[in-house]
Amino acid sequence: MSILVNKNSRIVVQGITGSEGTFHTNQMIEYGTKVVAGVTPGKGGTKATDYEVPVYDSVEQARIETKANTSIIFVPPKFAAEAIIESIYAEIEVIICISEGIPVNDMMVVKKILDQSNSRLIGPNCPGIITVDEAKIGIMPGFICKKGNIGVVSKSGTLTYEAIDQLVKNDLGQTTAIGIGGDPIIGTNMIDTLKLFEADTETEGIVMIGEIGGLMEVEAARWAKDNVTKPIVGFIAGQTAPPGRRMGHAGAIVSGGDDTAEAKMKALRECGISVCKSVSDIGETMKNLLK
Amino acid sequence: MKIHEFQAKAILKNYDIPIQDGYVIEDINEAKNMIEKVKNDFNSKDVVVKAQIHAGGRGKGGGVKFCPNADNALESCENILGMNLVTHQTGPDGQKVKKVFITQAFDIAKEFYVGITMDRTTGKDVFMVSTEGGMEIEEVAKNTPDKIIKVWIDPLEGFRSFQLAKLVRGLNLEKEQSKEAMTILKKMYKCFKQKDISLLEINPLIESADKKIIAVDAKMNFDSNALYRHPDILNMRDTNEEDESEYEASKFGLNYIKLDGNVGCMVNGAGLAMATMDIIKINGGEPANFLDVGGAASAETVKNGFKIILRDENVKSILINIFGGIVRCDRVAEGVIQAVKELSLNVPVVVRLEGTNSDLAKQKISDSGLEIIPADSMLDAAIKVVSACKN
Repeated sequence: MSILVNKNSRIVVQGITGSEGTFHTNQMIEYGTKVVAGVTPGKGGTKATDYEVPVYDSVEQARIETKANTSIIFVPPKFAAEAIIESIYAEIEVIICISEGIPVNDMMVVKKILDQSNSRLIGPNCPGIITVDEAKIGIMPGFICKKGNIGVVSKSGTLTYEAIDQLVKNDLGQTTAIGIGGDPIIGTNMIDTLKLFEADTETEGIVMIGEIGGLMEVEAARWAKDNVTKPIVGFIAGQTAPPGRRMGHAGAIVSGGDDTAEAKMKALRECGISVCKSVSDIGETMKNLLK
Repeated sequence: MKIHEFQAKAILKNYDIPIQDGYVIEDINEAKNMIEKVKNDFNSKDVVVKAQIHAGGRGKGGGVKFCPNADNALESCENILGMNLVTHQTGPDGQKVKKVFITQAFDIAKEFYVGITMDRTTGKDVFMVSTEGGMEIEEVAKNTPDKIIKVWIDPLEGFRSFQLAKLVRGLNLEKEQSKEAMTILKKMYKCFKQKDISLLEINPLIESADKKIIAVDAKMNFDSNALYRHPDILNMRDTNEEDESEYEASKFGLNYIKLDGNVGCMVNGAGLAMATMDIIKINGGEPANFLDVGGAASAETVKNGFKIILRDENVKSILINIFGGIVRCDRVAEGVIQAVKELSLNVPVVVRLEGTNSDLAKQKISDSGLEIIPADSMLDAAIKVVSACKN
């Protein structure tokens, strides 16, 4: 078991002929991911990447021809919102958008269309998702992971890798690790992910990594208090961030008193989450909780 | 991206929203003529002199002066143009005033707050109005939240007329003025959407003594991801208002924010960069900056990163924290070694590289003969860089 993706997921890569798309498709296939199709409008009928993946003009065609049920998006931000909507209309089940820099107005419309559909979106502006030893649908380094029983959810990319690395050094493997993205509007939030990990029989503990800005982590913690039975280790990046300054991610900005790292850490603790002050304590904290 | 009040007002004017109008000067020699021109063109015997900086709180800081009969307007221009304006938003160093907006003046009967921004929780735009104008809306929200009327606007359904009516009712105006306000609010939302604005505030929107509704101040922030659709807005960027190092970093595609400490840091990824700053602080140091060199750190970005960090004379040691992932760490190590040599660095550098070929990277660093301190983990790196800073 795992969440959202596994060895049976059939992947279509939107933007497969671009340099990012080609590079990461090769990487995904080498990890063992079942990439069945690519999409680049105007290049239908050709083959792409080292592994000769068939290219189609549209997601709909790719789905009909290859039974793809999961898509990953590597298209430039100008066209990314449209690419997500195309996948929704093609009834793709899980859509993972790696593209960074999509305008907020475009994402607001995407989110509304998404809410009225049966598709799930992860991202945008995220590293993707990995179910260890089964499928890597994203840009994270697969080799740092180890099969095990911890679920990881994070707003960040490299910080997720850091957390995974620490878990592995403490001899704790992962079921699925998911980067949900740091934009103000995202498809799958922390509550959604906690729900999935709670329902997954293989996952025994959850690492939740957030950052300054917004109230998503706090809402997730409140929900978890009544609904999650598994131990959760939390971390909030940005304890030293000055207010009013955007720290890289579009969403990482302290705008009120409630979205500072300190306020969020306090709220998480009050909901029974084991909060680490230092990122270097994540692995050990989880190990102690599972004893 | 932020713009000045006079620029925001020019945009509102294009949407036929009545504004307190005026002219901008950058040179004090233009002041005398412009004061006369404002009096004549806008038929106003009094004028207001307003400092143009991107930070809020200008009035309290002494950057806005009402000049009855325009008597002391020239003197006010002289005082404000070139002054170092300190407000709660500029920080203690303040911001030098390079532009002054000379405007017409109104007798104010009532002041209102009207503003639109995106609400992350609902994924909708939230339009807020309050009869408590002229004050900081954060204070109103804290002390008298019931005095703020809000409606949430669905991106697909648009701004509904009952929502508009609710907002205008909240302003408690007479019939004629309600009509004017209704038109203004409607145009405001149109402007907000069409220009990809992330925050639009008119504070205060006033009812003048002669019962006209007018925007006396205006603040606009734009979604930087959407600026490619708005070359006109991009042209309004005033790099004088940005920190010089941050601007230089942006030219290299690096994301840099200067802080007050003395431990410099260079990290790949925004989340990891924040966590690195935090771990420096936890271990007794003070971070000098936030610097995200992007997910795929290359030798070139490392070199540019060093250049940016070293502009800050407070920096006593530097921590490089790269979680390579797919990027090969030995290549990053080569970049670090090359940069340290070329830039003849004289501050200690602690390097933590994790990911593909990290052992080879460590070997290369110790073989280089340079004073680069290798670290095994983030914690190890933080302890080493703080200790290097103190020595």
